[in-house]
Amino acid sequence: MRKILIIGATSAIARATARRFAAAGDRLFLVARQAERLQAVADDASVRGAECVATAVMEALDDSRHAQIIEQAAEALDGLDTVLFAYGTLPDQSACEASFEQTRAAIEINLLSVISLLTILANRFESQGRGCIVVISSVAGDRGRQSNYVYGTAKGALTLFLQGLRNRLHRSGVRVITVKPGFVDTPMTASFKKGLLWVSPDTIARGILNAIDSGATVVYLPWFWRYIMLIIKAIPESLFRRLSL
Amino acid sequence: MTHRYTSWNRYPRATQRVRLQRWRFDSLPLPEEAHESALPFGNGRSYGDVCLNDGGSLIDARPLDRFIAFDQDSGLLRCEAGVLLDEILALTVPRGWFLPVTPGTRFVTVGGAIANDVHGKNHHRAGTFGCHVPAFELLRSDGSRRLCSPESHPEFYRATIGGLGLTGLITWAEIRLRRISTPLIETETQRYDTLDAFFELSAESDARFEQTVAWIDCLAGGARLGRGVFIRGNHAEISPSQPPRPSRRRVRIPVGPPFSAINPATLRLFNAAYFHGHPPGVQRDLVHYEPFFYPLDGVGDWNRIYGPRGFLQYQFVVPRTVGPDAVREILERIAQAGVGSFLAVLKVFGDPVSPGLLSFPLPGVTLALDFPNAGRKTFALLDQLDAVVRQAGGRIYPAKDARMCGEDFFARYPHWPRLDALRDPRFDSSFRRRMRGDLT
Ligand SMILES: Cc1cc2nc3c(=O)[nH]c(=O)nc-3n(C[C@H](O)[C@H](O)[C@H](O)COP(=O)(O)OP(=O)(O)OC[C@H]3O[C@@H](n4cnc5c(N)ncnc54)[C@H](O)[C@@H]3O)c2cc1C
Ligand SMILES: NC(=O)c1ccc[n+]([C@@H]2O[C@H](COP(=O)([O-])OP(=O)(O)OC[C@H]3O[C@@H](n4cnc5c(N)ncnc54)[C@H](OP(=O)(O)O)[C@@H]3O)[C@@H](O)[C@H]2O)c1
Repeated sequence: MRKILIIGATSAIARATARRFAAAGDRLFLVARQAERLQAVADDASVRGAECVATAVMEALDDSRHAQIIEQAAEALDGLDTVLFAYGTLPDQSACEASFEQTRAAIEINLLSVISLLTILANRFESQGRGCIVVISSVAGDRGRQSNYVYGTAKGALTLFLQGLRNRLHRSGVRVITVKPGFVDTPMTASFKKGLLWVSPDTIARGILNAIDSGATVVYLPWFWRYIMLIIKAIPESLFRRLSL
Repeated sequence: MTHRYTSWNRYPRATQRVRLQRWRFDSLPLPEEAHESALPFGNGRSYGDVCLNDGGSLIDARPLDRFIAFDQDSGLLRCEAGVLLDEILALTVPRGWFLPVTPGTRFVTVGGAIANDVHGKNHHRAGTFGCHVPAFELLRSDGSRRLCSPESHPEFYRATIGGLGLTGLITWAEIRLRRISTPLIETETQRYDTLDAFFELSAESDARFEQTVAWIDCLAGGARLGRGVFIRGNHAEISPSQPPRPSRRRVRIPVGPPFSAINPATLRLFNAAYFHGHPPGVQRDLVHYEPFFYPLDGVGDWNRIYGPRGFLQYQFVVPRTVGPDAVREILERIAQAGVGSFLAVLKVFGDPVSPGLLSFPLPGVTLALDFPNAGRKTFALLDQLDAVVRQAGGRIYPAKDARMCGEDFFARYPHWPRLDALRDPRFDSSFRRRMRGDLT
């Protein structure tokens, strides 16, 4: 039985993952910004077998509440050993190009709010000498592309932050897992045309549970994205700048 | 739009805009144009057009897939309407509870099971699915939400059970489950040679067995008319030390052949092989519930073997007194036409009455058949069968229909006007328009 905090518990990927945790009998503390949705997800997890489920409503941008929420989770679960970050937005790239305000909002939610929570959590786990931090980043952070480099910037910086954090916390026995999904069919991508590379949120959930159990550090989900991104990263910049990706 | 939004027999084809209902407390995702209609869509396991709305919109209710509450002691489950029966079984069987009624596939949603008021092999005992749904919520296009039960909004309760999705969207429902002590079924399988033998077996079995059904060889004519394999079973009380498990191997039909693999020759072969595959005498067995209730679910996308033209299901019920004669006449016509059915299922329905206004079962005998769609020839045969059913005072199952005529439907479902009066003004279906003879 694990004691798991999920931040962004109403996202499609978080919901699929919470189901798997619940079926395994874990204890869950679920955090999201909309109370009604949060309750629906919590009820589902508790019917599916979670040992206990508690919730808190939080707007992720409100960093004044971050420390308190983590405290509350540890209290409700009687300790904390795993945290999953699963919220985010997919900003409109052209709107961001037209407005720094939009760009800043995208960076704040996808990067800065996560860093705020991670700072508090890292110290807590470091002093307790164990814990597992799982953060959903994205393949979009592996290389800047004209079609979504603002989102890519947030995820790329997040990936880098996690890399450093992993290095720092390794000594204290705390694990940091960076999850990089490819295309996932969720509300975030509702308007996209779906093709062969698309997977369900449950495929990502399965990958997340495997990563937690296997001691992985950086996981691409599904696995083939590691190779797709290897190729994309290998293209020389002089050529890459001419591509319309 | 996408291939997912067809009915299971892939006939007729329809084009419709699809919107998802993501959360049960969200308002309905209705089309912007006031004249465009909408219809809930579950998992598309109906045959025909009750789940289609050609030229209009579908509201996909599958995202409503959350459990809400489960009382382990009483077996009362509350869940959202897009939950699949498969998901319920996965949750509750290990805890000692089973579905009160299940159709021959577990890949249907709770909403779809209510809207077609589905039945199973235990109809003679348990009635229809709707008999075990004490309450649900109905969301209408005006934004109103009604808690429907026999006490609260009883007229909407009765119209929505078997209501073909026309009265509004069911957002969640309660289901009273049935206690079991093992996931196993004690079965007795017995091949029989004549239609009379079927009725004898049925009469004898219904008192002792909760589940009864027969598969019949509808290509056998003359003296062998109606021969088949009778299957009966009960939930097993005690588990042996090494219980059988469901087969993990699932075959899948990856792509459909460009033509139908089902033709008179393959059908005759299959039917005879199935019949002779069962030795004479009673075979007793202890099996997992999956192969017993869901033999077809082991083959993913089996509907594709019928090729791009799809196939037609035909299921009717005729009253008990005239049952044997009507079934005999229908089997004769099929055998004569030589366009037999791959899967013919015969069952005697019992007396339990559903609260649903438009529920299909009647006390009597029901036969379900499927036919490859060979165009006009197939339709002509089915028209002939309609005449027999009409004559016998029987009726056809809308969930499995793509071609009956409105006259038969209105005559044999006398409560239709009461349902239609409670129809959501923004909801409509291809089926309803076809019955009314509306031009689309
Ligand atoms: C292999 C196989 C075996 C079968 N065996 C049986 C059997 O033994 N007995 C039997 O009775 N049937 C049987 N059926 C038919 C099947 O059980 C029904 O057609 C069932 O209703 C399909 O459910 P669905 O979730 O796929 O709904 P759909 O087919 O998608 O929709 C069915 C109807 O439900 C409505 N609906 C769906 N969701 C909602 C909602 N949330 N609110 C309001 N209305 C809604 C739709 O508008 C439509 O009218 C079988 C089908 C197959 C493929
Ligand atoms: N879908 C993909 O293809 C894909 C690919 C790579 C990475 N990802 C990442 O996967 C994660 C999960 O996304 P998803 O695809 O599952 O999408 P989703 O279902 O749309 O989830 C996004 C979630 O973020 C929450 N959220 C947004 N802004 C918030 C805020 N200010 N405060 C609190 N919560 C906020 C939303 O809450 P509400 O429910 O209240 O709206 C929602 O639950 C995200 O980090 C995303 O970047 C997705």
